[in-house]
Amino acid sequence: MARLALVLFVLLLPALAQAQLVIEITQGVDDPTPLAVVPFAWEGQGTAPEDLAQVVQEDFARSGQFDPIDRADMLGFPSREAELFYRDWRAIASEYVLIGRVRGEGPNLNVHYELYDVLRQARILEGDLSSSIGEARMLAHRVSDAVYEKLTGIPGAFATRLIYVSVTRNPAGKDYFRLTLADADGARPIVLLESREPIMSPSWSPDGSQVAYVSFETGRPAIFRQVLATGEREQLTNYRGLNSSPAWSPDGNTLAMVLSKDGSPDIYLMDMASRRLTRVTRHYAIDTEPSWMPDGGSFLFTSDRGGRPQIYRYDLRSGLTERVTFEGAYNARARVAQDGRNVVLVHQRNGEFQIAIHDLVTSRLQVLTNTELDESPSIAPNGSMVLYATKFGDRGILSAVSVDGGIKFRLPARSGDVREPAWSPYVKY
Amino acid sequence: MKPISVAGKAATLLFTAAFLAACSGTDTKEADEAAAAAAAAAEAAAAEAAREAERRADAEAAATQRELEKAAMAAGTVFYFDFDSSTLKPSAQAALDAHIALLRTNDRTVRLEGHTDERGTRDYNMALGERRANAVRDYMVVNGVASYRIESISYGEEQPVAYGSGESNWSKNRRVELK
Repeated sequence: MARLALVLFVLLLPALAQAQLVIEITQGVDDPTPLAVVPFAWEGQGTAPEDLAQVVQEDFARSGQFDPIDRADMLGFPSREAELFYRDWRAIASEYVLIGRVRGEGPNLNVHYELYDVLRQARILEGDLSSSIGEARMLAHRVSDAVYEKLTGIPGAFATRLIYVSVTRNPAGKDYFRLTLADADGARPIVLLESREPIMSPSWSPDGSQVAYVSFETGRPAIFRQVLATGEREQLTNYRGLNSSPAWSPDGNTLAMVLSKDGSPDIYLMDMASRRLTRVTRHYAIDTEPSWMPDGGSFLFTSDRGGRPQIYRYDLRSGLTERVTFEGAYNARARVAQDGRNVVLVHQRNGEFQIAIHDLVTSRLQVLTNTELDESPSIAPNGSMVLYATKFGDRGILSAVSVDGGIKFRLPARSGDVREPAWSPYVKY
Repeated sequence: MKPISVAGKAATLLFTAAFLAACSGTDTKEADEAAAAAAAAAEAAAAEAAREAERRADAEAAATQRELEKAAMAAGTVFYFDFDSSTLKPSAQAALDAHIALLRTNDRTVRLEGHTDERGTRDYNMALGERRANAVRDYMVVNGVASYRIESISYGEEQPVAYGSGESNWSKNRRVELK
């Protein structure tokens, strides 16, 4: 620890408003389910600190699978079962109704929510959640997660966060790079680090408390880690050559990374307790972009040892390497879903770089996107959506696509380029 | 070198004349004085000739240095590559030769910054940018520049000089910059 001083960075600044992402749905399912999210009753002093139902409604609209009903079309705003008349909801063809009540208790907010099936005329879910007032939006996202799981059978991933790199171009000199943390819907952006030198490759710790990334602030690439809550920051590497692609192991004890200090780019594992390095790949070709399998026993990586970049898998138990992708001349930067089966990657087809999903069991590869310069795919912790970076006009923006390709949306920033999204794991509350 | 040897011959001749005069003459004192004066004159002439020679050598070296610097400057400090390639093009080799010739006359250290275009993944491009910088480094080392004087750094696709897409922009970004 002595050789790597802990630096305290006071960079938890709210991002400029124009850096916030806005979400535009470009493709949803053919027949989205109509759902009414009734404004929640506020049972507290003054006005409610946040319109939680509005946040929930936007979550469902963004899912592409639901068609939330406009508040103006609702015939009443019930907040208890006794006030709910099913005929009012049948009249506007809503299949489900979500109602709720919010109470302020000191510095906390408590929400009680109830979900009704209009056709069966029955309550199908109810629950209570609480948070600090400052986390009101996250509280609403947690309601969305519970309701989404009830309706689809898949846990929601609304109460999660994103880290991405945004860049403001400066034609007269060096660009401005920012590492930004935001809610999964793009709200509440916070700048974690600002630099005139490149910032790259953000990677979440498995508990969602830290991020590792590459910063060129010293004039050379170096890997840093930063605690999100405190801003506490530490430089982990300073080797000659590449210091890139940090990837936290699922147990959080090891950081995989790419170094070229011994000649060619190879994958090394850093034990986070002792800071000891172990070299795991040894090849004169490029080995990079490690991505852990959920069990932590192996990782995928990109290598051009076969002449062109393809995905390989290194097994830590046997020390064996096997090639994973064979379709096409360029497959790189794999990310594995929590199911350990779906792998999202960058695939080159007809000269264009697109996001594809590779099934590790069937070895089938399916292209999900149809734009030209798609990169940096990151999969939601529930495995349903893939966030990636692309170009729209000549600006870098984030986009998302469902793993079946059926739902698409864009998340452009109001200005500047946005890239390298990293979707957080589930965070315990 | 020529002016020095001419001056040397002249001095030898003068010394020989003085010696002969000293041996054959009857008035040794006068002869001695004459010889000393001749020797002093010869020494002064020799020193002047040496200084002149040095000035000329310096001027010549400076001119050579200027030529090398001019050639290096004309060669440019940016070397371009083909897509997904780290092979030095002949034009880049010719340009590098000019820099190597200059570097062999001084002890400067250089920084080679490798860059790629925006296609392909960012971390793979980091590795590709390093491969390009190392290709330039290796060429310099083979041609006599000590490796400890060279640092190669990859920026991948993070610092484009042309922001747009299309080959006209991409070809400008696939480069190694010598700094």
